[in-house]
Amino acid sequence: MSASLTTGTRRRTGDLVFAGGTRVASALILVALAGVAVFLTVEGLPAVDAPADKLGGAGSLAAFVWPLLFGTLLAAVIALLIATPLSLAVALMISHYAPRRLSGPVGCLVDLLAAVPSVVYGLWGIAFLGPRLGPVYAWLEQHLGFLPFFAGPASSSGRTILTAGVVLAIMALPIITAITREIFAQTPRLHEEAALALGATRWETVRLAVLPSARSGIVSAVMLGLGRALGETMAVAMVLSATSGVVTLNMIGTVNPSTIAANIANGFPEATGLGVNALIASGLVLFVITFVVNFAARAIVVRSGRGAPG
Amino acid sequence: MNRTSLRRVAAPSVVAIALGMGLSACGAANETDASADTSNASSDTLSGTLNGAGASSQEAAMAAWQAGFQIAHPDVTVNYDPIGSGGGREQFIAGGTAFAGSDAYLDDEEGELSAAAERCGTDPIEVPDYVSPIAVIFNVDGVEDLQLSGETLAGIFAGSITTWDDPSIAADNPDVELPDTTITAVHRADDSGTTDNFTAYLEAAAPSVWTHGEVGEWPLQHGEAAQGTSGVVSAVRNGSNSIGYADASQAGDLGVASVKVGEQYVGPTAGAAAKVLEVSPRVADRSEVDLAFELARDTAESGAYPIVLASYLIACQTYADQQTADLVKGFLTYVVGAQGQVAAAESAGSAPLPDALREKALGIIETISAR
Repeated sequence: MSASLTTGTRRRTGDLVFAGGTRVASALILVALAGVAVFLTVEGLPAVDAPADKLGGAGSLAAFVWPLLFGTLLAAVIALLIATPLSLAVALMISHYAPRRLSGPVGCLVDLLAAVPSVVYGLWGIAFLGPRLGPVYAWLEQHLGFLPFFAGPASSSGRTILTAGVVLAIMALPIITAITREIFAQTPRLHEEAALALGATRWETVRLAVLPSARSGIVSAVMLGLGRALGETMAVAMVLSATSGVVTLNMIGTVNPSTIAANIANGFPEATGLGVNALIASGLVLFVITFVVNFAARAIVVRSGRGAPG
Repeated sequence: MNRTSLRRVAAPSVVAIALGMGLSACGAANETDASADTSNASSDTLSGTLNGAGASSQEAAMAAWQAGFQIAHPDVTVNYDPIGSGGGREQFIAGGTAFAGSDAYLDDEEGELSAAAERCGTDPIEVPDYVSPIAVIFNVDGVEDLQLSGETLAGIFAGSITTWDDPSIAADNPDVELPDTTITAVHRADDSGTTDNFTAYLEAAAPSVWTHGEVGEWPLQHGEAAQGTSGVVSAVRNGSNSIGYADASQAGDLGVASVKVGEQYVGPTAGAAAKVLEVSPRVADRSEVDLAFELARDTAESGAYPIVLASYLIACQTYADQQTADLVKGFLTYVVGAQGQVAAAESAGSAPLPDALREKALGIIETISAR
């Protein structure tokens, strides 16, 4: 009797401590986030009146940030266009196609990709991928040059925004794959068996049972991948041959827009005075964009979650 | 099961490694103690911490100087923050550092010279301490040697010369078979002293072709951009038919172009770089202790290489306390002196100052004192 009572109280103290701990942890996140937002706003605001020589020659702060924002979004879109189908295919193969003996190691390998530091991806992009993509770009320019994306002149060293996008795609791939494969694995067994029982092939089962129930999970996985692509600094700073103030759809030339994160990393060491404020203001824009993207993703997840079966 | 056995193996080995490192650290600590004892025996009056900040171009040389000076004076710590020339001058003027390194001499365009004089109480000292040639590096299939005149070089980087078999390049290289491929001109993406000095040369050598002035940040939306010296070198190496500019010590196995000076073509050697400083006039209306030079980039002097980066040390003539004055004097004497210049040449590939100039600079540093 007395023994069970003590365990009861002890459990209650434990509960209280644990609940308090989680509360503190989540409050800390909010404080940190608010701190970053306040810092970016306070330090970024003075840049509104920065002269052109502190803004890389741009006439106003908006004219300074816009090409960077364009480059950031372009690189991220390229990355996701490549990474999303690839990741879904890898995840499906791990969860549904590969024999168990193979799916474990493959999953492990994909997770390993996430552990490679971004500097290493940058080095790889400069020294390995870029030079090998150079001839591909020359081919694209020759045969698909009528498209604005491949207008050229093609870069021989391959340090273009398309290469940066490919590197970003490889960096986003393990994140998207890891999440989607967990979600595919959680497909209700009954749905799959029902589809199979109705005579569906494996691809039809995936299309009818697996993908619909995983839709919201796929969206949030892609959004996490997008977060990585938007914020990635080092790999882009190293790979991309960036020119300030450029807005172009040409993805294979030597003149490319920079991304916000890479531009901050490149510009900060030599920035002084209002130049620093301008960089921080561009950081604020990235912060806001990331927020907007996350909220949009959440909205999509909520809506599609409502519509999804079961 | 697998995981447990792994842990069983891993834990002891981690402990073993940690122990090993701890032991070796002890050994190292003992060694330094011993060496400190021996050098304390020699009469050494310098001690304390000396703080400086400034140009990152001097960083590699500064590391050699810090090491050399601290070995000679074990009680001294020299700190150098390579935050960039502008930041270094700013901190020096604000009184945060005892000396600054700068790729550009102080001028009064933004009131920096007056502000520095105000900080010091008297005119600030400026002495060149680091002269480094900037090489024009190239990677062109089948071309080993390349000669370029100022106009041609300016044309390539300004974008008016776009292929390697352009007649003006051919005129500079009568014996070389040039390919008909497109030129990829690589420039620095970041704000840099190297770009500043390179564009200053282009402006002086070919004012009609290079109309973009002397700038730290690349002014054109043309050509390929790369981050930092290493970025430019790797972009030139990995690209094809590419050309760029970088500190000569970093050129490695890449082709290095000779630049036309007078009627000759001169390569970026240390001697040729130092020679430019010899033929350059001092900046007008400066105090005796201000050794700022107007680099003669358009020189026709034979054997001089005009694309150089000359970096300065900025200090005060007088300091509030004796210790700082002694430290600055001691350190600057070492850096500008023969020993320091050789150390920089070995570690950073810079050009040692010409003898006459070195003596002059040492004479100025000699006057540093406490108020």
